[in-house]
Amino acid sequence: MTDMMDTSANAPRRTSLKGNSALVARRKRRERLLMGVGLGAILIAFTVLFILVASLVSTGYTAFVQTQVTLDVHVDPAEISEEQLPRGGFQNVLTRSVLDLLPDADPETDLRAVRGILSNGAQFALRDQVAADPSLIGQTITLTVPLSDPYDQLNKGNINRDTPESERRLNDQAVVWFDQLDQAGRISTPFNWALFTNADSRFPELAGLKGALVGSFWVLFICFAVSFPVGIGAAIYLEEFAPKNRVSDFIEVNINNLAAVPSVVFGLLALAVFLNWFGLPRSAPFVGGLTLALMTMPTIIIATRAALKAVPPSIREAALGLGASKQQVVFGHVLPLAMPGILTGTIIGLAQALGETAPLLLIGMNAFITSAPTSPFDASTALPTQIFIWADSPERGFVSRTSAAILVLLGFLVIMNALAIYLRNRFERRW
Amino acid sequence: MTLTAFLILLVLAVTGYVMNRRAASALTADGTRLHSLTHFHGLYALLTVLVPVFVLICLFLILETPIINAMVMAGLPDGALDGLDTGGQQLVLAEIRSISRGRVFGTPEDWKLAAADRLVALYGWFDILLIVTVIALSLAILLFTRRRVAAEFRARQASEKIVTGLMVACSLIAILTTIGIVFALVFEAWRFFQMVPLTDFLFGANWEPQIPIREDQIAAEGAFGWLPVILGTIVISFVALFIATPIGLLSAIYLNEFAPHRIRAIVKPVLEILAGVPTVVYGFFAILVVAPALRGAGAELGVPISPNTALAAGGVMGIMLIPFISSFADDALTAVPRSLRDGSLALGATRGETMLKVLFPAAIPGIVGGVLLAVSRAIGETMIVVMAAGLMAKLTINPLDSVTTVTVQIVTLLIGDTAFDNPKTLAAFALGLMLFIITLGINVLALRIVRKYREIYD
Amino acid sequence: MNDMRRTEPTVTENTTKMQARKVQVYYGDNHAIKDVDVDIADKTVTAFIGPSGCGKSTFLRCLNRMNDTIDIARIEGDIRLDGEDIYDPKVDPVQLRAKVGMVFQKPNPFPKSIFDNVAYGPRIHGLARNKAELDVIVEKSLRRAALWDEVKDRLDAAGTSLSGGQQQRLCIARAVATNPEVLLMDEPCSALDPIATAQVEELIDDLRSRFSVVIVTHSMQQAARVSQKTAFFHLGELVEYDDTSNIFTNPKDSRTESYVTGRIG
Repeated sequence: MTDMMDTSANAPRRTSLKGNSALVARRKRRERLLMGVGLGAILIAFTVLFILVASLVSTGYTAFVQTQVTLDVHVDPAEISEEQLPRGGFQNVLTRSVLDLLPDADPETDLRAVRGILSNGAQFALRDQVAADPSLIGQTITLTVPLSDPYDQLNKGNINRDTPESERRLNDQAVVWFDQLDQAGRISTPFNWALFTNADSRFPELAGLKGALVGSFWVLFICFAVSFPVGIGAAIYLEEFAPKNRVSDFIEVNINNLAAVPSVVFGLLALAVFLNWFGLPRSAPFVGGLTLALMTMPTIIIATRAALKAVPPSIREAALGLGASKQQVVFGHVLPLAMPGILTGTIIGLAQALGETAPLLLIGMNAFITSAPTSPFDASTALPTQIFIWADSPERGFVSRTSAAILVLLGFLVIMNALAIYLRNRFERRW
Repeated sequence: MTLTAFLILLVLAVTGYVMNRRAASALTADGTRLHSLTHFHGLYALLTVLVPVFVLICLFLILETPIINAMVMAGLPDGALDGLDTGGQQLVLAEIRSISRGRVFGTPEDWKLAAADRLVALYGWFDILLIVTVIALSLAILLFTRRRVAAEFRARQASEKIVTGLMVACSLIAILTTIGIVFALVFEAWRFFQMVPLTDFLFGANWEPQIPIREDQIAAEGAFGWLPVILGTIVISFVALFIATPIGLLSAIYLNEFAPHRIRAIVKPVLEILAGVPTVVYGFFAILVVAPALRGAGAELGVPISPNTALAAGGVMGIMLIPFISSFADDALTAVPRSLRDGSLALGATRGETMLKVLFPAAIPGIVGGVLLAVSRAIGETMIVVMAAGLMAKLTINPLDSVTTVTVQIVTLLIGDTAFDNPKTLAAFALGLMLFIITLGINVLALRIVRKYREIYD
Repeated sequence: MNDMRRTEPTVTENTTKMQARKVQVYYGDNHAIKDVDVDIADKTVTAFIGPSGCGKSTFLRCLNRMNDTIDIARIEGDIRLDGEDIYDPKVDPVQLRAKVGMVFQKPNPFPKSIFDNVAYGPRIHGLARNKAELDVIVEKSLRRAALWDEVKDRLDAAGTSLSGGQQQRLCIARAVATNPEVLLMDEPCSALDPIATAQVEELIDDLRSRFSVVIVTHSMQQAARVSQKTAFFHLGELVEYDDTSNIFTNPKDSRTESYVTGRIG
């Protein structure tokens, strides 16, 4: 038999271990090719992530500052009177103070154009200040107000001075005016607090995220308040108490499938059941939170069950052996030990919920609302829907606002995930 | 007002806890031994008050509006609703509601103003009813539980029974959600199919749902054939998987077999970040970067590419799916027992051969399951396509063309005001039903494959 | 040398196939193998025995560099195959393993057909020029592993569908098909029932005619039955290495004596 083998194709090879036959070289080449292609695939993913972040940062960072102009405003009693404050000519007063700074602008013919230098919100800033202190009427005060979007963009370099005038959003005259204001030391670009203290607006330079942030807070709060207890309750029952039969099997399959149902379907559910049948209010964070709670629940249930499973049976047996009831064991011993794992899963679930957009669109949380909600039943937007609204807006200023809003959203997600990772590393026990 | 009701309930429940606990302690004063600890007597009172009244308040919240609506409509003068179908009646009700909120447009008829007043009054009465009921019921239950405090009362078993019941209820919510989805979709889709025949929907090659919402035109115009919509979904999903599958699998292969520890320690979290980016961000990325880049490239090559091409939406969706497929494939490869890898290496196979000829084939079932889940994600993905894909339904498989998808149509049909009586709104539910059926089918299949696969090697 | 082997198969008694000197193995901070010197003779069955955790499997895995696949393992010392240092940086572990095959404790057939399992090695090493030659190699190897008669009618069946003993013989056939010079066996019978064990032991004795076989076993009876040389490991050290008959009847070290008489283990 040995001889048969030797005379057949595979005669013993007596090659050195270091020698490289053509076949081995080819095999090695193939292996290197596979490695190279795999590394290339990862590099593609990295490159895309880099482009994603770079494009967001490069378009978004300008939204974190706001071009402002400092004016000496004479609060003219002829225009503004204490009795008729709401009807006061705040805009005229402001425009006049700008005209004072622009010697070559004609007060008659250039009035409209000069008025356009200031943001529409400037007059409200002045009005609020005068309303708070009526003694200002008749005095000259120094006021810093935002510029309108085109001038803001000009200052941030988003409008190229070299493009022909006809294709530019600001004509040459406007550019000259801006430069005059700049040379007079009137222009400043401080941090744009308005991005966080203002609600949405039609004017990009005034639009802020306050409404969206408060709305997202309420959505997440409701989502947590509902999904956390219900998810844990369901998980404890299924993991510790449920008899292993077809019903519990069915529930398990059902939960796994629910975790993979497209989010837009949950939006349809909310629209039909919460809004149409129960008559809950449209655009309300309460409804958004309920909807996202249904979506987050499977995540929490799955995480909780895994955490409960990880608690070794010896703990249960020890407590049961001391005469504790099954529920006392679970709620007194197993659940506290599983808590870090449950919290990690919950935070990850909530982070997903924070970025979820489609279901919120269907229940109307993409409405244009210029004030922050005061309760979870007020109409509101949320961070992701605000991003969607701004992404749809044509003004150049909204592009950077959108990127900025995304950076804020990603910031929150990073914080939440970091918290989850911290919890996992800090409290995770190896049994 | 509901908040007040909840607060009252909470206060009474805590009172019950304290009361019963005290009562139980009092029993022990003369040396009687209780069956259960005093804490459980208190807990029993707390739970027996809290659970039923809480459910009552929730039920009340759900039923309040429909009941009041029905009462208002029933109270309208005879003949006011004559000749109006459900849609017309809904409009009347909506008008009455907005009047009651103080938003009056034009000069409504007197009976509408009266009905609005009635509506406001009814809400007031219902609020009072709620508070009174909550207080009365809570107190009644409190008294009942107080009387049960006795040495031999098994308070622990009783409260544990309630807790078990609560946990069962929590588990049932998961099932109720599924039932709710199915019921809502089927019910609204059924209403849609009464207006538009099922065969027209399933086999029609025209999708033009933007009909004017006027009563004489309901379902009179507008085409509801979903073929171009589902075809667009398929085209975009195909583009996405065409990008995501090779990149995802290859990076999983590299990470699993070749990557040094340090690279793996960096790459894995980065892929997780990529997976955690909300889809609305990817959508903005598509319109901000990818679509203009594609159009620029197309212009260079002389190929006109529409701004919302299937390629841009599908490509970005592919990027979104890369980490999903990669982590699934990585898990599947890791699940292949080490002994197979050792066996192959011991035969003198290179690591590349081991991966391609042993590990990868062995992991195929798990990988297929993961890719199927990715397919279902691509079909159900909404924000990327809403922002980057087209609105017009076109019967084409050209990825450079602009196509629309099922999810895009659902969102555009339902954004803004929705009236639940015209086919435009209901069509979204019909699409939603199809979407649910398709994704559910794929998910069940995928999860079953993955589960079987895990059983082989566990 | 090849020709010598073919014409005079019995001469090789004294030929040293593998030679290990001052071998140290560390798993992280754990010094698992200390100063092991062994000469493994050609066409001989060498048994490594010792209590569990003594390092005998670890040392076995050094002989075909399977420890390379464990990241924390570090190997020092000198191991030679036919005089060539196998840990030389220029040596390709892939080519080494083609010459030094291995059979594992737990049968690990690939999830492929029986035929593909056996043909795996010949295919990657290009041992067959065509399908007919491959068929011959597969049949030879299965016959050599005493499995041919049981599976010849179902070569397309999955390797995992066989019984445990059959699976292990399939793994032996798979290793033999690559035509190695040394065959390492890591407790090949520990997962098998007595009847399958007897079959595999018989097979090992058969294989001796062609290969140098090194077998790790926890069963002293097995070592006595199948091996000509025996090495006794204890706590990472090679305590005694001698002809099997000497080890079991006339051990020189007291630790060996305690072990073979059943006092430690």
